[in-house]
Amino acid sequence: MKRKINNKIKADVEMGMRKVTQYLMLVILLGCAACASPESSKNNSSNASLYQKIGQKPAIDNIIDNLVNLIGQDNVVFSHFAQSNVTHFKEKLSIYLCNITDGPCKYNGDTMQDIHKGMHIDTNQFNHFVELFIAAMEASNISYPIQNQLLARLAPLRESIIKM
Amino acid sequence: MIMNKFTSIFYACFFTVFSLNCLAEGKILATPGVSQIEGSGGGGIVPWAQLAGYATEESISASAACSRVTVKDFSLDSCGVQANFYDRIELSYAKQTFEVNPLKLDLKQTIIGAKINLFGDLVYTSLPQISLGIQSKRLKTSDVAFALGAEKDSGTDVYIAASKLHLGFINGYNWLWNITARHTKANQIGLLGFGGANEKAKIQLEASTAILLDRHLAIGVEYRQKPDNLGLGENHWKDIFVAWFPNKHLSVTLAYVDLGSIAAIDKQTGWYLSTMWYL
Repeated sequence: MKRKINNKIKADVEMGMRKVTQYLMLVILLGCAACASPESSKNNSSNASLYQKIGQKPAIDNIIDNLVNLIGQDNVVFSHFAQSNVTHFKEKLSIYLCNITDGPCKYNGDTMQDIHKGMHIDTNQFNHFVELFIAAMEASNISYPIQNQLLARLAPLRESIIKM
Repeated sequence: MIMNKFTSIFYACFFTVFSLNCLAEGKILATPGVSQIEGSGGGGIVPWAQLAGYATEESISASAACSRVTVKDFSLDSCGVQANFYDRIELSYAKQTFEVNPLKLDLKQTIIGAKINLFGDLVYTSLPQISLGIQSKRLKTSDVAFALGAEKDSGTDVYIAASKLHLGFINGYNWLWNITARHTKANQIGLLGFGGANEKAKIQLEASTAILLDRHLAIGVEYRQKPDNLGLGENHWKDIFVAWFPNKHLSVTLAYVDLGSIAAIDKQTGWYLSTMWYL
């Protein structure tokens, strides 16, 4: 009797799992269909790098200019940048972003750990910086899907930036 | 009494949030989700691993939400408040009024919830965020539940939830998924009491998934398994939703829901509308 109930539970759970999987698949399909606008499919032509999709160096430098302006007006993160050499920061970040988006650059500056060591950046400050970065991309008219793809490349850096 | 206690906690958070941290705005817009009908942070019907509100490890946030579900023969009004302490612990309180049109009566339930973020970050860690939560429910008007064969008028659900947001995952669009396993004896989430002669499986699976069409707009679906303890053919719940986040202080969610059979009255489909305010 107990065995039968256990089997029934197992069957229920399996059935549930199958339904859940079906749902997830459905949404992925919906997502692919709904989001494949003509513009984005053009941008996603198979062998274009993210660097090219963003708009190469001019677009990256434009994002960085906007970012620097936003940091200058921001009271959460400005203190961390107050001592920085702006020209150096802009140059290095440009190469870093070029490198991380598969552009024709090789970043040979300090590691993220070294740069942020001793700064004791907390989660709040980090997440706030991400929002400034989003606002900078927005101001540079980077499309939402491209913004997300760039953020996806940068998100794993968090563990080498916060609480160092 | 309890409501008063929670109201004062809510106000305490309100002032703490404003005085210490200005505003807890440390997450990307829309990523904490909304409040589900039982008051926990989540989707519309499923609690998620994310804690309600925009608090981070260094801040506290408070939020409140009200929702209304209207299906063919029933409607459910639900209002809840949530406090998020350092993105580690969420406390919630919700009041539900379930209008049973055929009997022209209202059933009332209160739910106290707590959720702890065990590990992971929805957005920034490669592993999903995992949280453990409880919802302690008390049905105040239990006559209908007992008449239908329920054993108790109170019960506690325990759930474990895993959520992950994948940045730019689907053609550049952010994709969120959540899976929740819940141990429960609740009949129709507790509105028809707890337990019954037909009690079998106690672990129910729930899932949600959503795509962010832009920074402010998410669409998705949810699915929630439910037990049929009363033997009345209780169905699993499903919905398809669109949620709008104009800023970090407001969200509005509209959903089409399919609640299946409720108290042996079938084809309960209709609409869900919810508004949430975040401090």
